[in-house]
Amino acid sequence: MQLTVWTYEGPPHVGAMRVATGMKQLHYVLHAPQGDTYADLLFTMIERRDHRPPVTYTTFQARDLGSDTAELFKSAAREAYDRFRPQAMIVGASCTAELIQDDPAGLAATMGLDCPIIPLELPSYSRKENWGASETFYQIVRGLADKALKPPAAVGPDGARRPLANILGPTALGFRHRDDVAEITRLLGDLGIDVRLVAPLGATPADIVRIGEADFNICLYPEIAAQACSWLERTFRQKTVRTVPIGLNATREFVAEVCAAAGIAVPADLDQGRLGWWSRSIDSTYLTGKRVFIFGDGTHAVAAARVASEELGFKVVGLGCYNREFAREVRTAADKYGVEPLITDDYLVVEDAIAAASPELVLGTQMERHIAKRLRLPCAVISAPVHVQDFPARHSPQMGFEGANVLFDTWVHPLVMGLEEHLLTMFRDDFEFSDAAGASHLGHAPHPAPSGEAAGAGNAMSAAPAAVAVAEAPAAPAAAEAGGWTNEALAELGKIPFFVRGKARRNTERYAAEHGVTTITRDTLYEAKSHYAR
Amino acid sequence: MSAAGPVPGCDAPPVGVDGILRERGQREVFCGLTGIIWLHRKIQDAFFLVVGSRTCAHLLQSAAGVMVFAEPRFGTAIIEEKDLAGLADANEELDRVVTRLLARRPDIRMLFLVGSCPSEVIKLDLSRAAQRLNTRFMPQVHVLNYSGSGIETTFTQGEDACLAALVPDLPFTDDQQLMIVGSLPDIVEDQLTRLLVDLGIPKIVSLPARRAGQMPAVGPNTRYLLAQPFLADTGVALDKRGGVHLPALFPFGAEGTTAWLHAAAQAFAVPEARFQQVIASPRERARKGLALYRERLAGRRIFFMPDSQLEVPLARFLAGELGMELVEVGTPYLHKGHLIDELAALPPGTRISEGQNVEKQLDRVRSSRPDLTVCGLGLANPLEREGLTTKWAIELVFSPIHGYDQAGDLAELFARPLHRRDLLRV
Repeated sequence: MQLTVWTYEGPPHVGAMRVATGMKQLHYVLHAPQGDTYADLLFTMIERRDHRPPVTYTTFQARDLGSDTAELFKSAAREAYDRFRPQAMIVGASCTAELIQDDPAGLAATMGLDCPIIPLELPSYSRKENWGASETFYQIVRGLADKALKPPAAVGPDGARRPLANILGPTALGFRHRDDVAEITRLLGDLGIDVRLVAPLGATPADIVRIGEADFNICLYPEIAAQACSWLERTFRQKTVRTVPIGLNATREFVAEVCAAAGIAVPADLDQGRLGWWSRSIDSTYLTGKRVFIFGDGTHAVAAARVASEELGFKVVGLGCYNREFAREVRTAADKYGVEPLITDDYLVVEDAIAAASPELVLGTQMERHIAKRLRLPCAVISAPVHVQDFPARHSPQMGFEGANVLFDTWVHPLVMGLEEHLLTMFRDDFEFSDAAGASHLGHAPHPAPSGEAAGAGNAMSAAPAAVAVAEAPAAPAAAEAGGWTNEALAELGKIPFFVRGKARRNTERYAAEHGVTTITRDTLYEAKSHYAR
Repeated sequence: MSAAGPVPGCDAPPVGVDGILRERGQREVFCGLTGIIWLHRKIQDAFFLVVGSRTCAHLLQSAAGVMVFAEPRFGTAIIEEKDLAGLADANEELDRVVTRLLARRPDIRMLFLVGSCPSEVIKLDLSRAAQRLNTRFMPQVHVLNYSGSGIETTFTQGEDACLAALVPDLPFTDDQQLMIVGSLPDIVEDQLTRLLVDLGIPKIVSLPARRAGQMPAVGPNTRYLLAQPFLADTGVALDKRGGVHLPALFPFGAEGTTAWLHAAAQAFAVPEARFQQVIASPRERARKGLALYRERLAGRRIFFMPDSQLEVPLARFLAGELGMELVEVGTPYLHKGHLIDELAALPPGTRISEGQNVEKQLDRVRSSRPDLTVCGLGLANPLEREGLTTKWAIELVFSPIHGYDQAGDLAELFARPLHRRDLLRV
């Protein structure tokens, strides 16, 4: 048993629902007890979908367990077919139905329904949402794709045709999938490539049948499409474009990889958006070395680390993912940035890691947004799990050149701006500027400090005790009372920007301990600073 | 409209001899685990540990609307494959999880082990687990258990199961007292308690109390008023302890609240003049508050999808005090005993349905085109897209709606979607 407070991923059948809800004319018959219908509201509320997910829940009750839950499944499947007349059905069990072993797949196969039935085996007690989405999409593709189909001839009666690509991976309830698909479709159009099929999002089972008619596949969301893409590669000899176009450089590489797969030249005059210049412009100098902590699904986290480090000049101080299936990619990237990879789905562990890393910016999921709020850190959301705010009314992709523009804006805006930061440092004691007043753009009142470290220091901040720095929260009780600090040194410490104050305190105390310094003075603080700066 | 007549546009539904339509099929309702969302706020030193699957954890998180508290006082012990291999192991695992949890949270005084669909199906005996853990953790922590599983409980029945689990361990008392049963927002509980004190009732207690150590005593001189219509098992458990149920309308609206208080006044022989004097001014406030909305709501047609079991009392309030027309009043479960006064107060011929076949019920919604449909979050936006105005049922459970001073707010919850509809030009 695993004690869980908040989860990053739902159960695997929710992944299957994301695929089914993204598609059209497909119906999912889910053997499940009352209550599992809660998953509908993820789609209708968070994503504001105006249709119910195409899911029929058998809704068995305790009294059915002794009698015939299998019969209940069959009547639910029959009624769903008669009512919705889908082109294909997927059938499976949720966690409880898995235990009663009614074999929905076998039952559905014997019912003589006049549409393809795709059985799903999604082990609820060992797998999770992304895996469920991946497996479902793979089974649908494998079950429906017509292996006899090939791309049309490269040259027809009207001359050479444009290359054809499938965009694979976007689902319902995906983080910015809607906008990424629009952006990448537009980019492919600019390159002279047509999109043959987008799937699962917006595809019908009939469309999936013809998946073999494209020249190549774009694996836009590896968490969901990698398995299907590998099968398509083996079965149809379709190439797979695996670069995920998040960020300027990744998008450039994506364009090169796409053009190679399509057998065309990379256009010289491609509009590459504004991120490059925005980042080189001198106003962005203050971004240099900003400490950023990154956590999300493996693909988004790795991509974000690259953008942060190469394209914005941030320093990656933490990198991790919650989906173990992508641990290897994250470990490789973490190695590159010289940080310890954090592979966990325990958000308390993530919270501790963020506090310990004392970053100036957190890039994470909605969970990290809450963590950052508590720690009073700026944060931008880069990955699922999603929240209603992750479905903005405006176009807001993460991918492609426009996506890179969006990343620049959404990651930079939460930060304290260039000159404001200098002023904060210069006039630390100004009551309006002090960090106790909170950063103007974060818009929430600061918490009162549990232990005023500047208290007694005789400056303006003793009237409004210093808001507690992030980094100190975990270490708080011992550190705040730690002996050896003179008032003068404490006052000096209070003038250090709050986001590095915890680190400065720890370094100074470590330096003092290692060098046998019993009383920490203002000089000790600066000696430690120069010691660790080496 | 004659609500009980055949429904245009679809087959006449099977109506029982009691005039109640009973259906089964897909249900679009929460399971009983959802009650944890408000119960853990109500009992401030209790922890709710669901023994279940990742689905249970995901449900709680989704139903809570990603209210990420620093460390909420609920969690899920997620059953994994290795726990399914042998039950002895599952018990050991549970003990390990509980030990770790209580070590981490020394502030916890009461721990509920909450059963789920998977724990019920694998027959993990949580009552024995609670006994076993009590021998280790009493008196610091009192461990209790109940089931919030979807195969046994619907939404608010989870609270019923939780409160029913508390009753056997309540201390004994011989005192003459009145118990308010059902978790209410603190402010509402205080308002109602003040009115009951003003009536001269000697002692007033609430179940649940706000802290584990303050749970009320019970005995043969305890008379209890149900504040919620979904407390069937809790009522039975209190009866067993000698409690005496005071049947009444539920305290929604001016009339419901008056009838509810009146039941207490009569049971404690409060003189009628004093009763009238105590309630006169708050009842007047409530009526004033309602008058504002009567104009907007009178004559409007409302359809309740089954959700929280609050449907029948709320329908009575909306029809009786605001003049709304009831197209259908759906409820997941109809407790005829506790609702006897409510059912009698509904307009004659009101169509009541129990249980659900969501597809067939939606057909009835579409064909009757009510002005307002009260439904769950999974259905609201799809119905809005079809041009039907909706009210989220869950808001009725999470908002203070009981008593005189909330009567206007309760009416407003129904008036707001209609008002918004009229307001928008998009």
